[in-house]
Amino acid sequence: MTLDAADARTYLNGLLDGHARAPAVATPSSPKLAWLKALRAEAVERVGVLTVPSLRDEAWRFTDLSPMTQRSFRPLETPSRLTTGDVERFYIGEAATRLVFVDGVHAPHLSSTDATSVVAGDLAAMITSHRAAIEAHLARHAGFRDNLFVALNTAFLHDAAAIVVPRQMNVAAPVHLLFIATQPDVASHPRVLVVAEPDSSVVLIEEYAALQAGAYFTNAVVEVAVDAGACVEHVRVQRESDEAFHIGHCTVSLAQAGRYHSVNVALGARLSRLGLDVLQTADATHCSLDGLALIGGRQLADTHTRIDHAKPHGSSRQLHKCIVDGAAHAVFNGKVMVRPGAQRTDSSQSSRNLLLTPKALVDTQPQLEIYADDVKCTHGATVGQLDAEQVFYLQSRGLAEAAARNLLTYAFGAEVIDRIPVASLRQSLERTVIERTAGQP
Amino acid sequence: MIRPDSTTLLEVRDLFATVSGVEILKGVDLTVKRGEVHAIMGPNGSGKSTLAKVLAGHAAYQVTGGEVRFEGRDLLALPPEARARAGVFLAFQYPVEIPGVGNSQFLRLAYNTVQAERGRDELDPLEFDDLVRDRMQLLDMNAEFLDRSVNEGFSGGEKKRNEILQMALLEPKLAILDETDSGLDIDALRVVSKGVNRLAGDDNAIVLVTHYQRLLNYIVPDYVHVMSDGRIVKTGGKELAVELEARGYDWIGGETEAARTVS
Repeated sequence: MTLDAADARTYLNGLLDGHARAPAVATPSSPKLAWLKALRAEAVERVGVLTVPSLRDEAWRFTDLSPMTQRSFRPLETPSRLTTGDVERFYIGEAATRLVFVDGVHAPHLSSTDATSVVAGDLAAMITSHRAAIEAHLARHAGFRDNLFVALNTAFLHDAAAIVVPRQMNVAAPVHLLFIATQPDVASHPRVLVVAEPDSSVVLIEEYAALQAGAYFTNAVVEVAVDAGACVEHVRVQRESDEAFHIGHCTVSLAQAGRYHSVNVALGARLSRLGLDVLQTADATHCSLDGLALIGGRQLADTHTRIDHAKPHGSSRQLHKCIVDGAAHAVFNGKVMVRPGAQRTDSSQSSRNLLLTPKALVDTQPQLEIYADDVKCTHGATVGQLDAEQVFYLQSRGLAEAAARNLLTYAFGAEVIDRIPVASLRQSLERTVIERTAGQP
Repeated sequence: MIRPDSTTLLEVRDLFATVSGVEILKGVDLTVKRGEVHAIMGPNGSGKSTLAKVLAGHAAYQVTGGEVRFEGRDLLALPPEARARAGVFLAFQYPVEIPGVGNSQFLRLAYNTVQAERGRDELDPLEFDDLVRDRMQLLDMNAEFLDRSVNEGFSGGEKKRNEILQMALLEPKLAILDETDSGLDIDALRVVSKGVNRLAGDDNAIVLVTHYQRLLNYIVPDYVHVMSDGRIVKTGGKELAVELEARGYDWIGGETEAARTVS
């Protein structure tokens, strides 16, 4: 099932191959960028030390990576040339700023920025104009020293989406980050840095889509720094191809009274994993993490979240739902940590799972670790089928049994979708859920 | 209203049913004609609600004997949705909450499904909105109920009004109201009764399942049946309900017991 050490080394070297050939940011010789070069070098070194996680690792005990490690992926060689016509179906009407990356490479001709508000661009541009913010945050939140996939991503760190929301600016229109996979067998390493300066707010849509049906590997890392009094709403939509492998990490750091709301929707990929870590570094912060995995066939979707209440008066809300069809497998692990001194923490977590077939499987593990005594923390998990009384109620009003089941399945997912703050995205995802659930017997 | 020329809508003959292997219905006979209002009364556990659920087609209840004809068709052979489309409506004793399904969306879906069966045109959301708001006025319902999930967070009285709203939209031939009066205060009871009376006509019939005579002050029955131990043991006019209210159910059991002993 798992790789032996030598195989693993070869595999990782294969993945690393070409990282040195990747185009460097700005001028590599610039002494001002020495820190970035040093980071990358250290990340390469860590990839040399770390190993591919196996089922023996606690954090991966339900997610078998062997379907991924049995394949080889290569760095992108020839970038795809896409036109607006190829990708505009993914555009979101409300978004004024859009950054498009094709197989991990920024495509400026498909992107558009609204210069009047948020500052967004690729790393090469931003590292010159916003050096202080970038240097203070890039690779400072998503730890790569103990995480192979973050280390791999950091080793390849040459292109990234960087967003800096200036102090007190409330960005009305969402920022859309669109990562499109077009070539099979390619490994890409999308990278995002979001810095919301004090008392600013922004809505971010991070979306992974495919213009291919093949197997490829997306290894994404997102860092979100929420400064004092700032608010970031973050929607993450993963609709990779059904054969894809998707590993994503998102690390969020909240300063005094900072707020972070996220809705994560996992629809695609043969195997996907999202690691979402939120660290409350100061008093009175709030986060809500909502998620929906809607999978079928032989898909596996794994969501690991960690909310670290390190300071007092913090609050967190979490609703994670999985709809599992066919012989698919959903994994949820949600850790809520309340550190000593994080008094008056108010946290609730709920994991709700719907299994549509006898072969569907879910492993859910809510985990509370509380080291403070004056806190309010609740959590719960349910796994079940559709409620027979609800099905009968709908039938008794004339709906056929299949239609009743579809409607209820849709409604189960809609509770999460409805929390997305962008109307057109909400509607398109609702349609997706309806199309997916309409296949039920 | 009892009319001599009225035709039979529902014919229940010697109906037996079990739930989880326990026999609840033990030979129910009931004939309902168009235009009539029937009340089925009886103590808890006598099988009233089971009869209502069996007629609506709930899968947890197994029919083990007898037959049910609706407009001459074998009702028991139909799945629940086909019964609804044929014109049978059950107002639930405990209406189910369905988080995530908008009430307005649900009502329109149900309405259009039943309309299609009757060969009538479906309504688009705007046209339906006019219709449903009109019906809601009848029941003193606030339009904000449309924007909420089906029954979610509704009070007991709001849920019952929502049931009668569905009845008003679907215009069933046979409406079975299962303890619709339970949990209603007097104002709500009056509003719900008004709604039901407005829907009662020459062509449809109403079966009220109730524990108390109170409802029958507002919806006057043509027949009152008393159920006991899975059978209808006594049938009378509206005055029977008054007598039941005054004397309770025990004397009925004694009377039938006595009758059995004699025979």
